[in-house]
Amino acid sequence: MAGKTVEVINGPKRSSPRIEAYKAFWKRLSKNKAAVVGGFFILLFIVVSIVGPFLTTKDPTEVMVLNKLQPPSAEFWFGTDNFGRDIFTRIIHGMSLTLKVGFLSVAIGGSIGVIFGIVSGYYGGKIDTIIMRVMDVLLAFPGILLALAIVSVLGGSLQNVIIAVAVFSVPAFARIVRSSTLSVRQLEYIDAVKALGASDFRIIFKHILPNVVSPIIVQATLRIATAVLTASGLSFLGLGAQPPEPEWGAMLNDGRTYMKTAPHLMLFPGMMIAIVVLAFNIFGDGLRDALDPKMKK
Amino acid sequence: MAKYIVRRLLQTIPVLIGVSILVFSLMHLIPGDAAQIMAGEAASEESVEQIREKLGLNKPKPVQYFNYVSNAIQGDLGNSIRSGRPVVDEIKGRFWVTAELAVYATILAVFLGLIAGIISAVRHYTWSDVSIMVVALFGLSMPNFWLGLLLIQWFAVGVDFLPIPDFLMMRPSGWGDSWRQILLPVITLGTSGAAIIARMTRASMLEVIDQDYIRTARAKGLSEKIVIYRHALKNALIPVVTVVGLEFGAFLGGAVITETIFAINGMGRLTIAAITERDFPVVQGTVLVISLLFVFVNMLVDISYRMLNKRIDLS
Repeated sequence: MAGKTVEVINGPKRSSPRIEAYKAFWKRLSKNKAAVVGGFFILLFIVVSIVGPFLTTKDPTEVMVLNKLQPPSAEFWFGTDNFGRDIFTRIIHGMSLTLKVGFLSVAIGGSIGVIFGIVSGYYGGKIDTIIMRVMDVLLAFPGILLALAIVSVLGGSLQNVIIAVAVFSVPAFARIVRSSTLSVRQLEYIDAVKALGASDFRIIFKHILPNVVSPIIVQATLRIATAVLTASGLSFLGLGAQPPEPEWGAMLNDGRTYMKTAPHLMLFPGMMIAIVVLAFNIFGDGLRDALDPKMKK
Repeated sequence: MAKYIVRRLLQTIPVLIGVSILVFSLMHLIPGDAAQIMAGEAASEESVEQIREKLGLNKPKPVQYFNYVSNAIQGDLGNSIRSGRPVVDEIKGRFWVTAELAVYATILAVFLGLIAGIISAVRHYTWSDVSIMVVALFGLSMPNFWLGLLLIQWFAVGVDFLPIPDFLMMRPSGWGDSWRQILLPVITLGTSGAAIIARMTRASMLEVIDQDYIRTARAKGLSEKIVIYRHALKNALIPVVTVVGLEFGAFLGGAVITETIFAINGMGRLTIAAITERDFPVVQGTVLVISLLFVFVNMLVDISYRMLNKRIDLS
């Protein structure tokens, strides 16, 4: 009875504005069919990359010369390569490599870019000028060139590709976060928190970062697509994953030689790269529309 | 306007200095002894020392940087470790091949992207809009190295439309003699750019179409064609100009892959060969030239952006 009285006096229970915003975002995202499909595929890729290698019966690196260049069949779903290795097994094992490169490089590059962007936007002045000029310099290397230059120095390996793609991703995050920070910094509640004596560290991480997280999430999702493309491009050029690693870009490069006699060698790895990139692009677009409905065009 | 151009030129200077420092640092960031790596593991101490001497690696780093920049300004980017020829000579013939490839890809991307973007915006939320945007999303997501191989498979291997030996015959001089030779590399390179421009044009057009002056133009009784092509398009194209500039740069970088697939003797293929052979003066030279070209094109784009949209104060 007492509880009912309280409810009548206070009105129905209302969740916090943040939860309301989250619910509205979720509703918008779940209405976007393309984004739901993209998100489903991303989840599927993650599950396959974890569980898949345990479910395959063949070894991705085992050479079976007698089975070489077999076309797709009931035994070898995607055929075999010039060493007789099962392409389907290699594709499944390659999934974790592809996602690892995508997620890790964006996590590293994104974290550095976010820190640069927030510091630059929050402090302004000379710090801002220096950081943004450095970002301008990194952006002066078009497309894959910066990653290529870094790999040329460090040497070709998957680990170095992650470093190269991470560096390549930093400016994109720094620029976006800087501009969001600039607009948040001017809001009155930041002045209020400052007046209460909060430290810069607290203001940045407690009050600014949560408010610039939307563009970061969107950028990260779309950037994973770019990272996968760049990393597989480097492996395709022979500068990334080294044989016998079942990396899709490297597999595509190996398949080039047999284009005429065994086109399936280049068909499946390329198709998988395209599907993964497509899923992240679609999901990233959907996230952007859901997080900022004004952007939806 | 002149004031803006001068200011924009001055803004470019720190970027150029930064690019030169980064390119110079490439050789010094190599883990281990750069001279030993370039000479090869089996090289004698004498030949390693010779390379060190030749590249001036035994001098203090600021002196090396100063020498590198002052030589580069005079058109000397050092000599190739492998061929012994000046890097500038190695690049010279190939520069135009890559530039030509990037220009053609830009033309294709702008042409296809604008048409697709405009149709999509004018018929927004219809099936043609959805279809164009789905195709654009595929174009954006398709790895260009896979697209190139598929094109070869379909048009060269499959139907013999373009025999493969033609690719191998492409040379720096007159590689674009035949449209059949340039078509596939240009499609390979330009597709993702066309997709980006289409998406950008559509978004920009839709934003403009929503504005009051377009509503006024319609209210005046102007035909839809005049409203779209004379009033909306002009303003919608302004942000697209920036994307075109960025895409040209991306094509310069992306040429590395396209040239490798089609065995075109451009700067991209030279870069890959130099990386494989650990010929760092050539790597530095090609990376420097492509970046400088990109910075220069971006500056031109910014200036044209300003000229197209005089209402914007870019200060």
